[in-house]
Amino acid sequence: MSSRPIATTRSATEIPTGKLAVWWLLGSEIVIFGGLLASYIMYRLAHDAWHAQAAATNTWIGAFNTLVLLTSSLTAVLAHQAAEEGNGPKAAKLLWATIGGAATFLIVKAFEWTMEIRHGYTITADTFWSFYYTAAGLHAAHVLAGAVVMVFVARSAARNQELHRVELAGIYWHFVDIVWIFLFPLLYIAK
Amino acid sequence: MAETVPSHPPAPEEGHPHHEEMSFWSKYIFPLDHKMIGMQYLFTGIAMAMVGGFFAYTFRMQLAFPGIEVPGWGLVSPADYNALVTNHGAIMIFWVAMPVLIAAFGNFLIPLMIGCDDMVFPRINRLSYQIFFLSVLVLIASFLVEGGAFGGAWTAYPPLSAKAEYSLTPLGSSLWLLAVALEFVAFLLGGINFITTAMNSRAPGMKMYDIPIVVWMIVLASIMFMLSVGPLVAGAVMLFFDQQLGTGFFDPARGGDPVLWQHLFWFFGHPEVYVVLLPAMGIVAEIITVFARKKLFAYKTVLYTAFGTGILSFTVWAHHQFVAGIDPRMAHIFTITTLLISVPIAEMCFVYIATLYGGSIRLTTPMLWALAFIAEFLIGGVTGIFLGASGADIYFHDSYFVLAHFHYTFFPIAIIGFYAGITYWFPKMFGRMLDDRLGKIHFWGTIIPFNGIFLPLFILGLAGQHRRIYNYEHFPELATPELQALRVLATVSLLVMLGFQLVFLVNFVRSLRRGEKAPQNPWKANTLEWQAPSPPPHGNFATLPTVYRGPYEYSVPGRAEDYWPQNAPE
Ligand code: HEM
Repeated sequence: MSSRPIATTRSATEIPTGKLAVWWLLGSEIVIFGGLLASYIMYRLAHDAWHAQAAATNTWIGAFNTLVLLTSSLTAVLAHQAAEEGNGPKAAKLLWATIGGAATFLIVKAFEWTMEIRHGYTITADTFWSFYYTAAGLHAAHVLAGAVVMVFVARSAARNQELHRVELAGIYWHFVDIVWIFLFPLLYIAK
Repeated sequence: MAETVPSHPPAPEEGHPHHEEMSFWSKYIFPLDHKMIGMQYLFTGIAMAMVGGFFAYTFRMQLAFPGIEVPGWGLVSPADYNALVTNHGAIMIFWVAMPVLIAAFGNFLIPLMIGCDDMVFPRINRLSYQIFFLSVLVLIASFLVEGGAFGGAWTAYPPLSAKAEYSLTPLGSSLWLLAVALEFVAFLLGGINFITTAMNSRAPGMKMYDIPIVVWMIVLASIMFMLSVGPLVAGAVMLFFDQQLGTGFFDPARGGDPVLWQHLFWFFGHPEVYVVLLPAMGIVAEIITVFARKKLFAYKTVLYTAFGTGILSFTVWAHHQFVAGIDPRMAHIFTITTLLISVPIAEMCFVYIATLYGGSIRLTTPMLWALAFIAEFLIGGVTGIFLGASGADIYFHDSYFVLAHFHYTFFPIAIIGFYAGITYWFPKMFGRMLDDRLGKIHFWGTIIPFNGIFLPLFILGLAGQHRRIYNYEHFPELATPELQALRVLATVSLLVMLGFQLVFLVNFVRSLRRGEKAPQNPWKANTLEWQAPSPPPHGNFATLPTVYRGPYEYSVPGRAEDYWPQNAPE
């Protein structure tokens, strides 16, 4: 990266460009999940029969995963704090903890889905399950993407480089967390 | 992010630091320079316009002369017809209007007009084009797979689009959907870049109301696109699963609802109309002020109307669904919002007309296109009022009246807007002047036949002719010689119009090579792109400009010259 455009060094809004971009990215993501969940809610209100299907989801596993994600958001915040203090290696360690949370979440999810599919609750079993897998699957893809991004951020942070990216990864991670906070009650708790 | 880019010397801002020779590959194929990426979008868009135009030619030939061997295509089978119409619509909107008006002009103009050297994320910019190009390849592939290309209309309503038993294109429909989804991703990435660049990287001194209208419009369009496309992305995933995994999101027999797709589609689809309209409106604003040598009549009003349009455009979508069985009380609400949205757009047109009033108008080729845009778009806008009234729409729905209406909006946007922009910025893009005489021949040779194509279609629509019909010979009331004559008139006009596009191509290619060398500011315009060399080098400006005033200070009393560049200190 010999030459970044001068454009990147300007900040007319006084908000760093990278942060602006992440917020706009999240804006576009919010409408994606918003559209999907709004469709789900409309359907759900129209179909009482889905309660019976929703009863088959495992609230305990969902709750455990919620806890995992919340904890990983905490480590992401701590990583940001460390980065602010200029302590790259510490930020990197905390990011690795967050990545660990992401991995745990995905492993638990894989286990949960395998069980459900074994019991015949496949994506085509019922439109409730279609939503269940589509929404949670889209979310899981975001978890995976976030984890991959954090690997790169953690590796440069460990060398005290690009520390501002720790915050950006954190913002994204909180968003992934918040989406789950919506999914968990909608898919698991509402029986 | 100044503090995070230690590799760069801080103030004073200088021209771009690297002038080393670049290889062919890194300059033209994988460029990072915003201008070159803009060119990639431009030429891909032009190529796709030729494809979309060729499709229109093929199915218009079939309608005027049913059953003939269309030269260049052959016999048009019913399945061919559906695939051609579907992909004509999709291509013209997603692969012509969007890439040309937003991506090509946006990429080329935004950094130049706000006085900086590039986009803030050049690599994301490059990635955006690459994904866009991939979407083109996927779309082409959809024509080559077994079963052929998707023919379920550009709106892709289920159940026709959801099940291979109905669409008869098991692979074509999924590839088509994938191509559209990739195109969305490309424009989301590009949009984030445009928005952040315009927000953060303006030249020192350029305040909010010093930004040229066209930049505002492209940025607003990007925001609207971003906020409207999300639900359709989700919808596309659902439709894809319905097609390939056999889920029942849109299947009423399994608890789904096909009308949900219509909501998701039009929640995007209607703002999308304004997503492409606003950049065209912006292009026209730039041209009209320059060639009327007059300040834009009401800069802030244009902005407010654009904001108003943007917000209202999210509340009108169900006017596409008046006959889809929605609650009539809902239809009333959507009628009201639809009629409301004509107000800000009409106001914008009035502002442009008021800008002309009392100006010293120069009828150059770009100006002719800009004026034609207003005139033709008004016909499209006014006929929309009839369709927005839910009662009238029950009769008009899905007829050629609708079709003529939206071509009177889309053609001005995508084609006239493009020609206005390209004839205006050509000297800056390529450093040469276009031939004005050929430009004018091309202009009249396009505008007159354009009306010859679509005015008859209004009449056909009023006579009850439905859209997306392969052959009207089997409809006794529609197969009369009078109506057939109108169909032939439309098709012959199209042939004439397509013929005149050759004039443009000749002019374009000849001027590229042998055109008169363009001076830096041939139109004596104020905006910053004209204060850079023609064509601007990598890095755009020798010294990055500082801005002292708004973009439309023309014919200011007491000045020797009738223009006042934004970056001129005095
Ligand atoms: C080159 C001149 C053009 C001609 C002669 C033309 C003609 C037509 C005709 C006759 C149809 C209807 C076919 C049918 O329903 O059976 C059609 C459909 C359509 N056109 Fe064009 N068109 C042109 C340019 C454009 C442009 C510039 C755009 C948009 C930017 C556009 C967008 C559409 C769309 C969205 C449809 C609907 C496709 C569908 O029914 O799924 N067209 N066009």
